[in-house]
Amino acid sequence: MKEFMFLFKGGDEVWDSKSPEEQQKHMQHWQQWIDEMAQQEKFVGGERLYPHGNTIHTGSMKVIDRPLTESKELVGGYLVVKADTLDEATQMAKGCPGLLWESHVEVREIWPED
Amino acid sequence: MENNDNIDATLNHLFRQESGKMVAVLIKIFGTENIEIAEDVVQDALVSALETWKFRGMPDNPKAWLYRVARNRAIDIIRRKKHSKTIDFSDPKKQLLTSEYTLKTTMEDFWEENQVQDDFLGMMYSCCHPDISQENQITFILKVLCGFSTKEVAKSFLTSEDTISKRLYRTKEYFRKHKIRPEIPSQSAINQRTSSVLSAIYLMFNEGYNSTHTNQLIRKDLIRQAILLCQSLLSSEQTQLPEVYALMALMCFHSARLDSRVTAEGSIILLSAQDRSKWDHELIHSGQDYLNKASFGSTLTTYHLEAAIAYQHCCAECYENTNWNKILEYYNVLLNIADDPIVFLNKCLVILELQGPKEALLALEGIKKNKLLEKYYLYHATLGEIHLRLSNHSLSLAHYDKAIRLTQSKSEKRFLKDKISSYK
Repeated sequence: MKEFMFLFKGGDEVWDSKSPEEQQKHMQHWQQWIDEMAQQEKFVGGERLYPHGNTIHTGSMKVIDRPLTESKELVGGYLVVKADTLDEATQMAKGCPGLLWESHVEVREIWPED
Repeated sequence: MENNDNIDATLNHLFRQESGKMVAVLIKIFGTENIEIAEDVVQDALVSALETWKFRGMPDNPKAWLYRVARNRAIDIIRRKKHSKTIDFSDPKKQLLTSEYTLKTTMEDFWEENQVQDDFLGMMYSCCHPDISQENQITFILKVLCGFSTKEVAKSFLTSEDTISKRLYRTKEYFRKHKIRPEIPSQSAINQRTSSVLSAIYLMFNEGYNSTHTNQLIRKDLIRQAILLCQSLLSSEQTQLPEVYALMALMCFHSARLDSRVTAEGSIILLSAQDRSKWDHELIHSGQDYLNKASFGSTLTTYHLEAAIAYQHCCAECYENTNWNKILEYYNVLLNIADDPIVFLNKCLVILELQGPKEALLALEGIKKNKLLEKYYLYHATLGEIHLRLSNHSLSLAHYDKAIRLTQSKSEKRFLKDKISSYK
């Protein structure tokens, strides 16, 4: 089996506009989605990212105190999963609850270790 | 600001009631190889409750507060240790604890009320695994599931803290080595496994009920915990077995008489001399209810019979009205189920009541030279009493002397010495 990474992009504004109860409910959907993959032993790991950060420019090494992407392209987190093909991984990614909250998912294959 | 004594009392009570459940859930989260982490989390929650409540007053729902703190503490530990090898996250459910996407909601699931109860029972069954000695079982249950400190467990067993620590260590090693997973046994194994859980509970109860202890607080604590454990078995459908109800009935009947068994100074009062108005009739009534519930199915256990015997004592208005014939009948059935020399000795005491000292002595001949009984003070105390009634004073004295040497209990020694001095 190959490993793939789901990159979740954008959707921060929608998240911020929701109440804590709605956010909690939303996270329960994430749990259900990930749990299903874990039960099939296809879930490897993943983390959420805060929106703020620094960017270091090539060459000049100049540091800017924010990510350089626009907000709808901003990576909000990632998951690593197992799948046989890119198609299968893409099917799996379609269940991501973030898609309902205006974030989109990029599915990428991870370089094999050897 | 709250009264500090009040906070202490609430916390003590909560701790005895809830710490075992919290530890059980945390052991499920961290694994049986990390029992110390689970215990530390609960200990931390307790300390932080003590500190916070003394400054800010008691929260509206102290129990929920304690659980929340334990839950948050568990989240902290997982965040810190998720990349170390300490905790095994390979189980799919636990794997969800390793990602921030799922950590909090998964943690909530672990603490769902039904789940907590099942984990607690599962832990009880694991503690009573047949491969663990009964002594170690009870030590471990008291420490891990009943919120006793090592010192309190040592007091319960009249032994040193060092001994208790060693027992705890051995049991933890057993859990670690065999990767024991706390769970309620399957339907096919439940009867057999419940029997070892019940004997641990009964032993714990007896430890508190018998007068080996001078410390009243420890005694009552042991009794309360034994009853609480039995109650939690009764609260789950899987473990509502007839013998569990029977043991519960038995413990109710015995506890009902607890306060009339000793004087304020701690001397023993015999059944015949007990003030029956001091008996707890509410408890006797609950005992009856449990005994009725125990009579479904075809199981007849020693607990059923012991409870039936205890009930006969409880329902007699005075000692003279005791239905000794019925009791003798129960003893005969009991001996058919379990051929136990101590039960036989008790039967001989009934014979002494019904048929007099000659018959009782004759019956006792049947178990003469039993090694276990030779070392049992009550055997000699019984012989002392029989020979006293037969006016064999020197024989009686010899047996009473032996009984005094054999018992550890100060109040029993005093009781027997008083007995001798009355006719010496």
